[in-house]
Amino acid sequence: MTRSKLIIIGGSAGSLQVILKLFTTIKKDFPVPVVLILHRTPVAEQLLEELLNGKTDLMVKEVEEKEMPLPGYLYVCPADYHVLFEKDGSFTLDYSEKINFSRPSIDVAFQSAAEAFGEKLICILLSGANADGTDGMICVKKCRGITIVQDPNDAEVSYMPLQAVQRAKPDHVLSSIEIKKFIEKLAD
Amino acid sequence: MDRLEQALINEEEMEMLLDDMYQQYGYDFTGYSRASLVRRIRRLIINDKLPSFAELRYRIRNEPKYFAHAIEEISVNVTEMLRDPAFYKSIIEKVIPVLATYPFIRIWHAGCATGEEVYSMAILLQEAGLLERSLIYGTDINPAALEKARQGIFPVGYMQQYSRNYIAAGGRNDFSAYYTANYHLAKFDESLSHKMIFSTHNLVTDSSFNSFQLIFCRNVMIYFDKKLQDRVLGVFDNSLEQFGFLALGSKESLRFSPIADRYKQIEKEKIWRKTS
Repeated sequence: MTRSKLIIIGGSAGSLQVILKLFTTIKKDFPVPVVLILHRTPVAEQLLEELLNGKTDLMVKEVEEKEMPLPGYLYVCPADYHVLFEKDGSFTLDYSEKINFSRPSIDVAFQSAAEAFGEKLICILLSGANADGTDGMICVKKCRGITIVQDPNDAEVSYMPLQAVQRAKPDHVLSSIEIKKFIEKLAD
Repeated sequence: MDRLEQALINEEEMEMLLDDMYQQYGYDFTGYSRASLVRRIRRLIINDKLPSFAELRYRIRNEPKYFAHAIEEISVNVTEMLRDPAFYKSIIEKVIPVLATYPFIRIWHAGCATGEEVYSMAILLQEAGLLERSLIYGTDINPAALEKARQGIFPVGYMQQYSRNYIAAGGRNDFSAYYTANYHLAKFDESLSHKMIFSTHNLVTDSSFNSFQLIFCRNVMIYFDKKLQDRVLGVFDNSLEQFGFLALGSKESLRFSPIADRYKQIEKEKIWRKTS
């Protein structure tokens, strides 16, 4: 069984379709909490929860401040807040300046998760059209977490994963199907 | 040192810095959410191009002026006018009619930063014909932010967004009538600011200073740990008249707090009414 304590997934333009497919086979007893950090999608936040609800057995829930991430849950971010993690792993919300024109910023969440979870973090970056996520992923590597980037050739919008592949030198560059398999294996 | 080296601040260093700030200046940040605070400190080190964490600590210990600057940078001053229009719609429809029954109205914006929400409220009170018998207090730990609030001057570039918020909240006038635009700045009318009092107040250490019918504290307590949140709610409870209102940020709640059972939430908005 995996020793990872958290999976954090960042994505922007073109990532929604991938995310909707990632957890279709995942069961309720999946051992690792999953947190999604998505830039504002064309669908409303409420709708995102509903969309995800139909695509997985995991409980889909919006992050609340001071809440502890639990296995069996798939967390989405509230609109217009950064998501951070305390040393004990609990969530903190933060309404400070946008980073990379984004709130939530993927860099902010990745970096904070890296500091809180260290080597027990799995960090995945998907399709997107800006450079958010790469600096955060570099921090995850420094803290010896596992880093995975969607293969830019497989991504609908390659810019974001390409930045990360070039600058963060992730442990794995995988297609969305391979990412799905990687996650499924964690349940074994 | 590159950006990411600085990125990792260890806990012991952080404790020492917080201890210095408390011992020397009386500012206690130990009850702040650590994750956010580390981000703010890191941002300060990067923006000021300090070579190390030790240098930051040295300057804070030895230069009161630098400490004042650090306070400005550490506190989060992000705010906007009429943020969450649905919330302000409830203020207009559910709260203001109750305020109208009082001969004299006192409102406190705790942690008001540069004052955008204070001006928002003044506009709504003026439109309800209540501003003349109201007094609005705006407090914050950051004196530089309060100075901006007193001036009532905001970047003109934000006005379009604020005007949209205003319309969405149910505003019926022309929002631009409330300010005078001059190059890139918008100065809000003094008929709004003459009913405002701005003053420093630290929610960590200071206590209640008046009684109010309405207290706003939005997106401030998310930066505090549970113990400090409970303390602050105690201060608000002591400062609210019976049947007064407490308005919080969209992700904040009275749930699980010691005062929760004496407050009743107004529908789904983040507004609670003191019942006893």
